[in-house]
Amino acid sequence: MSRSRAHIVGVGESRYARWGKIGDVTEHALACQAIQRAVADAGLSMDDVDGLASFAEDRNEAVFLAAELGLPALRFANMVWLPGGGGGCAAISNASMAVETGQAEVVVVYRSLCQGQFFRFGTGGLDASAPVEPKPPTVQQANSLMLASMGFAIPYGLVMAAAAYALPTRRHMHLYGTTSEQLGRIAVTFREHASRNPRAVMGGRPMTLEDHQASPMIADPHRLFDCCLESDGACAVVVTTAERARDLAKRPVEILASEQGAPKGYAFGHFTNANIADEIYATGGCEQMAGRLWAKAGVGPGDVDVAQIYDHFTGCVLMQIEDYGFCQRGEGGPFIESGALSWHGGSLPTNTHGGSLSEAYIHGLNHVVEGVRSLRRESTSPVENAEVCLVTSGACVPSSAVLLGRK
Amino acid sequence: MSERFFPDSMPPPLADTITLPWWQAAALHRLVVQRCTSCEHTRLPPAPVCPECRSADSAWKEVSGRGEVYTYTVVHRPIAAGQTLPYVIAVIALEDAGGVRILSNVVGANPKEIRIGMPVELVWEDMSADLAIPRFRPTQSEMK
Repeated sequence: MSRSRAHIVGVGESRYARWGKIGDVTEHALACQAIQRAVADAGLSMDDVDGLASFAEDRNEAVFLAAELGLPALRFANMVWLPGGGGGCAAISNASMAVETGQAEVVVVYRSLCQGQFFRFGTGGLDASAPVEPKPPTVQQANSLMLASMGFAIPYGLVMAAAAYALPTRRHMHLYGTTSEQLGRIAVTFREHASRNPRAVMGGRPMTLEDHQASPMIADPHRLFDCCLESDGACAVVVTTAERARDLAKRPVEILASEQGAPKGYAFGHFTNANIADEIYATGGCEQMAGRLWAKAGVGPGDVDVAQIYDHFTGCVLMQIEDYGFCQRGEGGPFIESGALSWHGGSLPTNTHGGSLSEAYIHGLNHVVEGVRSLRRESTSPVENAEVCLVTSGACVPSSAVLLGRK
Repeated sequence: MSERFFPDSMPPPLADTITLPWWQAAALHRLVVQRCTSCEHTRLPPAPVCPECRSADSAWKEVSGRGEVYTYTVVHRPIAAGQTLPYVIAVIALEDAGGVRILSNVVGANPKEIRIGMPVELVWEDMSADLAIPRFRPTQSEMK
């Protein structure tokens, strides 16, 4: 049954740096570098690549990259609609659909971010230090559906992801007694993992729970250390057929199942939507998708040996852990307090690279890279005998996930 | 002009032809929700089709502006020059709006005292002659 499933055969990345620190290489050149490294890691040539896939908010169009990299024929150029980081695993999923159906044979999924060369996320393009317009404020024309939707958020000051995802997290605390210290344990654990990873931007910056509690409040309950990094860097993942995967340079990793989407009425998720259904308000919105993922793969949360969970904010990690069924709803806090997320002896070793909180913020595609490394036994925080890895992309927005298996 | 809570430099609303009538009602200090005239389902923000019965027929229903805090965050970073920090972004569950919630701010209260479940009432902030933003404050009787 697994014969026709797509496989990941190569991963690669550029150097990772703090946001704005990569100014000498353009963002698309950095994408090319990551793609070339991933293809080399697979033992393939760029002449073998016939597809490119990315996900929303990518500035680096596949058609240009295909030309720059000299692809002999571009057969598949794919973009995922799910917002930002929510689409990383969906891009893997789309790449696997392409190779499984013969639309292409070797598809590279990529993400490159050099925020200093463009603009910084979380500002809505606004500059709080800019001089005030002398004319009186009025309603402005929204020239996109997204902007019309943001029209019900930005006049209230909601432009920052840290504030948007604070809303469900605050409600989770209210409903279940989740604490800031429990959220802090997530950040501290991922920092420990980063300290073992030479690629991690925050590798040399140890963090204690006291440091977390002393970090400045950004959008209550999110302190600075509850928020992911802002990084410059690029990474890439090579997807191909089971047949092609068989005799390449590295042990292939099988894509056991993938899912993407959103529950009814979710729209852009918590960023603009105050009317997410009460039953799923204080969640990552992934529960429905998780059920489909487990059913499709024929495994359950108990079969997962290691997880790479999208960590834009600590609260979103906690809610996803519940969404995917690793503990009961509302028990994420005690689950984390048990030390479950630690690479060393935790029941659910999570973000063994340090995650977006401590390795780098590459819109979570680096979580797929780490998922592959963890099953190849290449992780710097290895989980013994890991056979199955869950990777998630996004939460509290439409999102996606893949389940990876060691061959 | 009403009491001011935010500076002129706050980003203005952006609207398309579907959402503009909502802001036009707001300018007249009318807080409205969109109600499907086919199945009575109420929605916000305004949208072209009812997500329950898929009818394109709808009407505006004015609501009282009474409600309670469903969730909130206290934000410590400015997005506009001259903003008083911190400020409170909240989701308000409206009392007579068919279960609809609205994203807004809680103003006129110590951010430390905001609680989920806190009763609130509507307060209009006139940003200009053509623009009023609905915000919420603790229900006055609560404060006595």
